[in-house]
Amino acid sequence: MATQLPELTAAARVRGLVKRFGDRTVLDGLDLEIGAGEFVALLGRSGSGKSTLLRALAGLEPISGGELEVPGTVAVAFQEPRLVPWKRVGANVTLGLDVPDPEAAAAAALEEVGLLGHRDAWPLTLSGGEAQRVSLARALVRRPSLLLLDEPFSALDALTRINVHRLVLDLWERHRPGVLLVTHDVDEALLLADRVLVLESGRIAHQTAVELDRPRQRDHAELIRLRSVLLERLGVAP
Amino acid sequence: MSPLTPSQSLSNGLNGRTNLLSASSIELARPVGRRGRIALRPPRDALLRVASPLALLLIWQLAGSTGVLPERLLAAPSTIAATAYDLFRDGVLTEALGVSLRRAAFGFTLGALVGIGFALVAGLSRLGEYAVDPPMQMLRALPLFGLIPLFILWFGIGETPKIALVAFGVAFPLYLNTYAGIRGVDAKLAELGQVLRLSRPALIRHIVLPGALPQTLVGLRQSLGVAWLALIVAEQINADAGLGFMINDAREFLRTDVVVVGLVTYALLGLLTDAIVRLLERRALAWRRNFLS
Repeated sequence: MATQLPELTAAARVRGLVKRFGDRTVLDGLDLEIGAGEFVALLGRSGSGKSTLLRALAGLEPISGGELEVPGTVAVAFQEPRLVPWKRVGANVTLGLDVPDPEAAAAAALEEVGLLGHRDAWPLTLSGGEAQRVSLARALVRRPSLLLLDEPFSALDALTRINVHRLVLDLWERHRPGVLLVTHDVDEALLLADRVLVLESGRIAHQTAVELDRPRQRDHAELIRLRSVLLERLGVAP
Repeated sequence: MSPLTPSQSLSNGLNGRTNLLSASSIELARPVGRRGRIALRPPRDALLRVASPLALLLIWQLAGSTGVLPERLLAAPSTIAATAYDLFRDGVLTEALGVSLRRAAFGFTLGALVGIGFALVAGLSRLGEYAVDPPMQMLRALPLFGLIPLFILWFGIGETPKIALVAFGVAFPLYLNTYAGIRGVDAKLAELGQVLRLSRPALIRHIVLPGALPQTLVGLRQSLGVAWLALIVAEQINADAGLGFMINDAREFLRTDVVVVGLVTYALLGLLTDAIVRLLERRALAWRRNFLS
């Protein structure tokens, strides 16, 4: 919000980002730029600092050094949907939203994720997939220029995951926020993102553009090739 | 005529019993499996459960009527029922009840305001925590009824020490539970509030206070239990009106029937307030109940 530059075309800019926990350096001079409307996936071994980077971009983690520039609105979908259990689904979507007609905004957002019928339901009555879709509706209703997705599909079963992947692409194509998807799933990254990054030793150690039309097929030759490259980068023998 | 008949009837009887047993074991097993443990007991079971209290009541009545249990120790149920009716008709019971209810209501309101107020101060700010929590933790170690001499010295023997004792007893369970409830609110939801850019008042209103509510209601139930207990004890000291006075007065005249009427009234009041809290919980925590059922 503070640094709104008129000519800015990036959804986020990170320069020389350092993050230490005690004497452990998790992010060590990391550079990253996410273009406006660009879908970026971030891979990395567990403990590599993927989530720390996302949390720093969300403003949840104070940084130890470097520059962080997020010009527009940021929205986050967490690994767990984090719905407020004592608010009905509709009120969860518009929580903290400052618009003239929140009811209509909630209805429109829930319609988009196919859950308009659940507007008056309590969150604890939803399935995992439904709750995650509400969480996406809550993020998108804020019209973010940067959408941060912190492994939001990892707790979903395989079938639900396929559906939510489609939904996310659909929503992204309609609203075109810049997206940073943190995931440990190489296939997921390749199916969804324009660009796949690998975080290693506190920096972006590798990146790959995925120039294929969506929806992509898992068994496409190019994806199979990229998968083995990425797996190798992640230290998994293909 | 022949030895067949008795053996036939015996085997019939045995068969009949076996059938009965197996049938009843199925009957017993079914409701648990199908409707879960919360399922209402079948009427026959309910009847069995009231059987032993009824039997005790009957024995009590018999012991009273035959003089085995002298009335100066414990009046018979029939006498107690008649006395209850008389006390109610003459307005003695309703007047005493009114006085006691007023004490309880004043004391409870005062204690709740102090307990919840302090919990908000301590729960919502670090400074408040340092200022309020240590003294509250120290004070709660004091035995409630040990304070009576001090309260009499401070407030005399009128209504004030009685209300103060109830208030003191009510304040602590509400303080402790509300404070713990506020501090126990899921940090992930607080983080969500940050991401959604909720202002501090909005965070408190939408996340913190509703999150603390279940624990506060636990405190409410505890504090009501303490409130009645404190009231009963407080009313034993120099009261000239109220249920406690009615009981004490009756003791002077060996009227055990009146004593029991007073005790049953206290018990009913306790049950009533508990039912009110349950109702409150069902309404306020509907988001949870749906999940549980």
